[in-house]
Amino acid sequence: MDFQVVVLAGGVSKKLLPLVSHELPNALLPVANRPVLSYVVELLELSNLKDLIVVVEGKDTALNVGAWISGAYADRLHVEVAAVPEDVGTAGAIRAIARHLYAKDILIVSGDLVSDVPIGAVAATHRRHDAVVTALLCNTPVSGPLESVSSGGKDKAKKPGRYDLIGLDPTKQFLLHIATGAEVEKDLRIQKSILRSVGQVEIRADLMDAHLYAFKRSVLLEVLDQNGEFHSLKHDVLPYLVRSQLKSEVLLNGTPQAEENGTEKVISQSNQQMLSQILANASEPTFHLRHELSTNGSDSVRRTHKCCVYIAGSNKYCARLNSLQAYNDINRDVIGEASHLSGYSFSSHNNIIDPTAELGAKTTVGPHCMLGEGSQMGDKCSVKRSVIGRHCRIGANVKVVNSVVMNHVTIGDGCSIQGSVICSNVQLQERATLKDCQVGAGYMVTAGSDCKGEVLTKK
Amino acid sequence: MSSILFLQSVVGLIVVLYPANGNSAVAESGKAALAKSKNQSSLKKDGPPVTSEVTIDKKSGNRPPEKERKKDAPPQRMQFDDQNRVGKAKRRALVNQTEAKNRVELFRHLPQYDHGSQLPNLESKLFQLDSVHPAVFKVGLRYMAGDISGVNARCTEMLRALQEAIIDYSTPPEKVLIRELTAKISSYISFINECRPLSISMGNAIRFVKRRIAKLPLSHTDVEAKTALCSDIDRFINEKIIIADKVIVGHASTKVRDGDVLLTYGLSCVVEMILLSAHDVGKKFRVVVVDSRPKLESQALLNRLIAKGLSCTYTHINAVSYIMHEVTKVFLGASAVLSNGTVLSRVGTACIAMVAHAFSVPVLICCEAFKFHERVLLDSICCNEIGDPGALATVPGRMDINYLENWTNEENLQLLNLMYDVTPSDYVSVIVTDHGMIPPTSVPVIVREYGQEHYLI
Repeated sequence: MDFQVVVLAGGVSKKLLPLVSHELPNALLPVANRPVLSYVVELLELSNLKDLIVVVEGKDTALNVGAWISGAYADRLHVEVAAVPEDVGTAGAIRAIARHLYAKDILIVSGDLVSDVPIGAVAATHRRHDAVVTALLCNTPVSGPLESVSSGGKDKAKKPGRYDLIGLDPTKQFLLHIATGAEVEKDLRIQKSILRSVGQVEIRADLMDAHLYAFKRSVLLEVLDQNGEFHSLKHDVLPYLVRSQLKSEVLLNGTPQAEENGTEKVISQSNQQMLSQILANASEPTFHLRHELSTNGSDSVRRTHKCCVYIAGSNKYCARLNSLQAYNDINRDVIGEASHLSGYSFSSHNNIIDPTAELGAKTTVGPHCMLGEGSQMGDKCSVKRSVIGRHCRIGANVKVVNSVVMNHVTIGDGCSIQGSVICSNVQLQERATLKDCQVGAGYMVTAGSDCKGEVLTKK
Repeated sequence: MSSILFLQSVVGLIVVLYPANGNSAVAESGKAALAKSKNQSSLKKDGPPVTSEVTIDKKSGNRPPEKERKKDAPPQRMQFDDQNRVGKAKRRALVNQTEAKNRVELFRHLPQYDHGSQLPNLESKLFQLDSVHPAVFKVGLRYMAGDISGVNARCTEMLRALQEAIIDYSTPPEKVLIRELTAKISSYISFINECRPLSISMGNAIRFVKRRIAKLPLSHTDVEAKTALCSDIDRFINEKIIIADKVIVGHASTKVRDGDVLLTYGLSCVVEMILLSAHDVGKKFRVVVVDSRPKLESQALLNRLIAKGLSCTYTHINAVSYIMHEVTKVFLGASAVLSNGTVLSRVGTACIAMVAHAFSVPVLICCEAFKFHERVLLDSICCNEIGDPGALATVPGRMDINYLENWTNEENLQLLNLMYDVTPSDYVSVIVTDHGMIPPTSVPVIVREYGQEHYLI
């Protein structure tokens, strides 16, 4: 279908810092015991897109990710892993792999997206309107209780800023304005020309940009070439294209008309004009066309390009893993409401317990929980709404509530873990109490320690 | 006299028997094998018998002997109340459509699908339908979404998409280009047909393409054949649509005089061009633009006319009998013109033509010659298209008119949104085509003389 898929899997992000490290990059962070990149790859595979380019920052990250992909998806998909230098931003990543892009349209997916939106629908909207960019918008996910660790934990009135301010036209097909919530302080600026042509702009704060874009390849590469300072697709390229949609400076067709041999002789210039007029008059005029045709005395032809949106249905799940809060939320959702995403089948108690896991006597595992393979739990434990990874050794009288425990973790007796994330290879000695903490990989929590809202990492 | 009638009934009998056993091998897409048909009667299982004037016309021409004519009988069009064929077609369908819940009984032979879920279903299958070329998929998507309307634009877009598909086509080894390419194009056309039923005159364009493919000399290489086909398609678009429109505009503008009040209905690109060119030449006239729900297509036309400075009156079709007394001429567009002079056009055109006839106002149909078809239609029921019934239940911009909100749950209520209707030839004064201005009775002559075989080599 002339689409190429690029997955931007990032590197080792600072926002997820205690959880990610050089051995465990962003893309391989486990959500419900599966690396988060696997959700994107499965979604693409479901849509029959088998040729991917995965872009990661840093050579060793590339090696890790490449190893995992070839292990898991060797025969089903054809994946190329490309490594780009760190801190070039998403725009720089695309610049780096520009020579590998040949299809007419490029689908750019962020590697930390967990969703079940049909990708074909975004691509179809893009094709139907002949747009230069189509963005996927979804409803802002409801976030869990605010962590006290986030950025100093100051005023409650300041929302985490995960929402975007989106301006749409009345038919909800075209994107008129986009700004990240965090950037907007007091006022919002909208282009006058856009407002004049469309007439009505609907500003929504409940939609979120899901970082899944369909770009026209020639336009994207041209914009990146001409504006070398653009760093990020979402913050620079997309607003630029949206702002300039009625004063387009991009060359829409790449090569000029005389592509096919013989056509320019058969249809002369005036006939071509008449033909385009017939086609233009036949369809419902979008505001782009009205703007182009409106005569304001200027003789220069005003070119326009279209920026479209696809708004995901409210029954679809869509979330991005870009902060610790999001990590907790997504884990909870994937084993809770959006359980169809996890790909596992739930037992009668509404939880997933691997057959090789052992439970001690009087141990209860509540609904919406997950127990990985080879894990052992001691007696009188209780697990509620949590994810426990593989090969964990959990002692007796342990309470795990609302937490994520990764692989190879040893938890001593009498511990209590609440709302925390415990990375791999961690050892918790007896009677440790953790509340809203993040424990980095390989750390050892001493016996009897009581931590609230801390980040514990090996130095 | 009686012998002629006897022959006619015998002919009718023989011809009707044939399709019963021949149809199992026939392709599903409605237009696929119409290429060789010289038969002027439309064969339907329960259709009315052919009128006597048409058969007598046929007899006077050079009729090939009975045996050859039997082979040329066109396959039956798919009737959607025939369960077997519908079931078979569904299994082969690329687009899953669900039937609408409250189907109108009289129109059960036409496809009536649930419009709400059509577009999302097709969209989500973008990457699954590998057999469909991207350009063809885009055209199908735009048809289904209603982005394109009007035969000229639809035809042009479809031909352009076929051009792109031909350019990207490559013959698999050990296969003949002609057969493979024809099969591929048939599959694309059936996909487009599933998205939105093809109109009659688009069938002409497709038959042209298939005929050109069949006429390709075997000695041509792939590249030569493809370039030849593409330039043929370009020539078709150029000659049959663009230049034809120019000629029509030239002819019809002579009919516009100073002081005229012209009435037009719906959105016809040719009529718009005529009005604009007459205005450019400097003639002084008024235009009455008549519109109808639910499409309200004429508003776009009205905007463009006003932008150019014509003085217009805008009204809806329920008031047409009150405004007809001031009108001097009526210009209408057509989707197709059939052999008995009937004009197939947007629903409401027949009304306008009838009221004009009652007021003795001449009706000019402006239509390119490629839209002429050898079929005969006597009513608007046999061959039509049903649009989205939900569009009738709502009035855009009026949220308070919601009495029909739950119309799907009412068992006794069916909404019918027809797209086309048929204007009898008595109400048409003259048809302006690129071959000149002809009376409606001369249509079979044009079809015969300038028909398929004579499309330029």
